[in-house]
Amino acid sequence: MKLTLKIWRQENAKAKGRFETYKLDHISPDCSFLEMLDILNEQLVNDPIQLPVDTIAFDHDCREGICGMCSLYINGRPHGPEQGTTVCQLHMRRFNDGDTITIEPWRAGPFPVIKDLMVDRHAFDKIIQAGGFTSVSTGGVPDANAIPVRKEDADLAMDAAACIGCGACVASCKNASAMLFVAAKVSQLALLPQGKVEARERVHAMVAKMDELGFGNCTNTYACEAECPKNISVENIARMNREYFSASLTKAERKQSSGGVG
Amino acid sequence: MSKTVVKLSSLSKKYLMAFAGLFLVSFLLVHLGINLFILPIAPDHEAIFGEAVHFMTTNPLIKIMEVVLFGGFILHAVLGVILQLQNWKARPVGYAVAQKSKVYSPFSRYMIHTGIIIFIFLAIHFMNFYFVKLGWSVAPEGAHTVNGNHDFYHMALNLFSNPFYSVLYIVLILGLGFHLHHAFQSAFQSLGINHPTYTPVIQAIGTVYTVVVTLGFMSIPLYFLLA
Repeated sequence: MKLTLKIWRQENAKAKGRFETYKLDHISPDCSFLEMLDILNEQLVNDPIQLPVDTIAFDHDCREGICGMCSLYINGRPHGPEQGTTVCQLHMRRFNDGDTITIEPWRAGPFPVIKDLMVDRHAFDKIIQAGGFTSVSTGGVPDANAIPVRKEDADLAMDAAACIGCGACVASCKNASAMLFVAAKVSQLALLPQGKVEARERVHAMVAKMDELGFGNCTNTYACEAECPKNISVENIARMNREYFSASLTKAERKQSSGGVG
Repeated sequence: MSKTVVKLSSLSKKYLMAFAGLFLVSFLLVHLGINLFILPIAPDHEAIFGEAVHFMTTNPLIKIMEVVLFGGFILHAVLGVILQLQNWKARPVGYAVAQKSKVYSPFSRYMIHTGIIIFIFLAIHFMNFYFVKLGWSVAPEGAHTVNGNHDFYHMALNLFSNPFYSVLYIVLILGLGFHLHHAFQSAFQSLGINHPTYTPVIQAIGTVYTVVVTLGFMSIPLYFLLA
């Protein structure tokens, strides 16, 4: 396959970026998208004219769709044209010979570009640190029937927990909102008995952190759901809206109960 | 007050937006129900319209609801602008290739734009009717004599007999329709109502509501354009 690539190049967070055009030939349709970029970088390394060598920086790690590192905005869609996959699971057979492919980094205020196609996604870690955990000593594995969990709830919690935190929801959202990510992280715990204990505090803390970091507001366009590589449903956002609302109503009760036990 | 509104969490703004929006949605149906009697749909349509206007302008309960309505509208508009400004700020550097992700309603991208269209429509609407009632502006002139500042029937006839006004009215109502298509189901999602069975029903009702309200309001100027 012959390809023309338009790739965003940016030295560092402060530098002004620009698009560079690269030509590639003899790319196998069975090649993965990231392998195609590897081949391009190989060419750049071996190019005797272009010195000093400056390869294209892009995030990747497991290359099997579970780590959440890859983050490329390809031809107007996060993770490219495939549905329910990450970039590393995308293959060149999804493109045509002679195509021009535009590759951009995630664009959002809270996700500043580090270099080229890499963005800093620490903002997601900060949201998790604000409440995306259970502060109990877990100890050993409890007996299977010691904590009863409805099968339906277990399934829904598992679906929410499939979120790999890649940020495609933010990248696809016209408002750069992180609602789907936060909703998944709130839901996976709110549905289970272990998570219910701190559910009210958690949802308030995580939403406050999300707002503070400068993510946009959710306007229910559902682009996030369409682009999520793990097919996280916007039902989670509705669940978070309910959780937040009921937690707001019981705020006073919370303050009183924090008095401590004698 | 504006500082408190800005400081509200993103979710609190969503709830207020949805509550105010659903209230406006219910108001539109009442308004349309009365407006349709401008058309000769019943032999004594003019009398029924007059009676409805009399009720809406004199009933004390409606007077209270009027305040709630204006409050709801202002809240919805102010929040809408604040949310949009925050959303633009959240992506300081845009994409070179426009976002191609699948969305529920293609109009969801243009809520601020259709919102502004509705605002312009309301400004014209207030000049022509509400401010006339209050005596702040003069009644629209035309072939029909307007009997006092509560004679909305003849004011409407005078306005719609002008084809430019009718066409403008249709175009602006189209903006309202685009706004409603996304808005209806969005309000329920914001309030946390999302269910595998009920959400498709809500979306279907939203589409029917949008078509009925848009075509309903458009039918009046269309009648005068064609008649």
